[in-house]
Amino acid sequence: MGRNAIEVEGLGKRYLLGEDHGRAQNLRETLVSGIKRFGRPGPPRTELWSLRDVSFEVPQGSALGVIGRNGAGKSTLLKILTRITEPTEGLTRTRGRVGSLLEVGTGFHPELTGRENVFLNGAILGMRREAIERTFDEIVDFAGVERFLDTPVKRYSSGMYLRLAFSVAAHLDADILLVDEILAVGDAEFQRKCLGRMATVEREGRTVVFVSHNLDAIVRLCPTCVWLDQGAVAAIGPAAEVIDTYLSAGVQRLDRQTFDEPAGVPVAVRSVAVLNPVGESTSVLRRDEPFTVEVTFVVNTPVPDLNIAVSVQSLRGLRVLDEALSDHPQRVLGPGEYTARLAIPSILNAGDYVVGVWVGTDFEEFFWLETAATVHLEGAANGRADRVVQLGLPWEVAPTEAGSEAG
Amino acid sequence: MGDRIDDRDQWTESRPTEGRRALRLDELWGARELVAFLALRDVKVRYKQAVFGGAWAIAQPLAAAVIFTVVFGRLAKISSGDVPYLVFAFSGFSLWSYFSTAVNDARNSLVGNSALITKVYFPRLAIPLASILPGLVDLAVALVVLAVMCVSTGIHPGLEILTAPLFLFGAMVVAFGAGTLFAALSVRYRDVQQVFGLLLQLWLFATPVAYPSTLVKGGWRWLYAINPMVGAVDGWRWALLGGRAPGREALVSALVALGLLYAGLRVFQQSERRFADVI
Repeated sequence: MGRNAIEVEGLGKRYLLGEDHGRAQNLRETLVSGIKRFGRPGPPRTELWSLRDVSFEVPQGSALGVIGRNGAGKSTLLKILTRITEPTEGLTRTRGRVGSLLEVGTGFHPELTGRENVFLNGAILGMRREAIERTFDEIVDFAGVERFLDTPVKRYSSGMYLRLAFSVAAHLDADILLVDEILAVGDAEFQRKCLGRMATVEREGRTVVFVSHNLDAIVRLCPTCVWLDQGAVAAIGPAAEVIDTYLSAGVQRLDRQTFDEPAGVPVAVRSVAVLNPVGESTSVLRRDEPFTVEVTFVVNTPVPDLNIAVSVQSLRGLRVLDEALSDHPQRVLGPGEYTARLAIPSILNAGDYVVGVWVGTDFEEFFWLETAATVHLEGAANGRADRVVQLGLPWEVAPTEAGSEAG
Repeated sequence: MGDRIDDRDQWTESRPTEGRRALRLDELWGARELVAFLALRDVKVRYKQAVFGGAWAIAQPLAAAVIFTVVFGRLAKISSGDVPYLVFAFSGFSLWSYFSTAVNDARNSLVGNSALITKVYFPRLAIPLASILPGLVDLAVALVVLAVMCVSTGIHPGLEILTAPLFLFGAMVVAFGAGTLFAALSVRYRDVQQVFGLLLQLWLFATPVAYPSTLVKGGWRWLYAINPMVGAVDGWRWALLGGRAPGREALVSALVALGLLYAGLRVFQQSERRFADVI
């Protein structure tokens, strides 16, 4: 097709904060402040640019993921695309009908029956009556509420309610579908159904803009992704790359942490550090360098079977390593300070990792911190950003014996 | 134009508005089904929740008519011409109570539907427009009661009754005009609600509901007719009960009604783009 379904150019949205603007107020305050201000310039208002200078394009039939922290402007962007609110500067262009799943169940009335709500909600979302009638069975089927169609929705379970609401919105006859974090609701089974439905929508040649904190879902559904940070485009490109950049930006560099000793514990951790091969603490290393995790702890009362574990997790939450002291039989420790070191060879892929530390016994936990330190391994992922370990296992390539004899 | 939103290849632009906004009534026409569904929702909800349902539609104007019969008919001895005062007052109140319900619902409609406004785009005018419709059901019920009253008191309407929809339409225009005006203001200023309640009470006494408009004499009649509800209620009563036909003052009322409608739509459209931010 090659045409764009959405074009956004230099988009900006400003909200004015401050007491005499932005919120409903009463007449008296307006009159009083109007009189006070008479002939004088008003007090400066606090401006908040929810979006500033945002530009991107979405080709017809493709899906764009939008990620970013809360308050980054994701919802404002969708609100402008749906024309709920007007931009302060710049413009958006959308081709064809825009449907939105900004909040499922908008306009559902608890007193009305499921059937009545489907028609009402459909009309609110911009569907024609014939279109709703045509897809009615499909909608009901998808939601799985056939038996309760003539029951007021106030008697529905919250799950049924959400399923019906999502179902109406998902069957919108829209060319562009804007979706905001719908997958946070419903059980796993229904979420899977929703993702499937969105993939179908995409295959049918519709354009999807998908705002979510569910990064895995974005990677699965969207080839490209925009990362919004404080109202500006921080990155745009292939989804996996943008998401990795986004994730590593959120990581605080943490090469050494010291802890206060809680009173009355038999064993306490004093510090955790990541050391480079020279023995300096650092959180940025080369990919091909080994590093050491150092845990300094003090034993106040000897504990039988004292155990220490160090874990390494990728940012997407995959636990790559989890090494425990109990794997090696050596643990009768008298009172005093000790330093435990775990050497980690250069087996991890380039990227960011989180180091966790746990100290305890089979019966007690003295210390557990999931993010005790962070490690950033600099280096090329060689186009394989998705692999977690890079072991460099030995290959052997030799002429096949049978073949060489025949030749 | 009504199918514009279904056009697959049409670019829709969203950019900051400069200067005045167009009224975009074509867009409202495109949303006529939405208006119908919203109105239907309000009717259904109103009758589902109320135990006595339609009984309230009669009770309200009837109670008002009875009270006014005692106060004005008996105590103040206001003449209601050939028809019994109760029938006279009830005919006026049937239209007035439709009007006051409609205009009040319209005034309240944006704030009441704020969840919709901040979540979905559709022509915003659909909301106040839909809110002036459910009152028609109550009015229909009240008309049945009025018909019973007429039959039992021997009043037979003439051909004038065919003009009744015209005066009803007039009242709807006034309700929509004033409703959109105050709805837009309510979004910014929540205390418009109180101001409006007071205004509506005064408005009732400036309208010939409990007394015949013939009490106002001479040159004052023109001034009086600036209240657009004067023409509507006067004409409505004439259409239903006969009597003195509305004069040229009715034209003044009609013009003011149209002016009010225009002002309401203008203010509404002008502030519409900020509803979602401010509400």
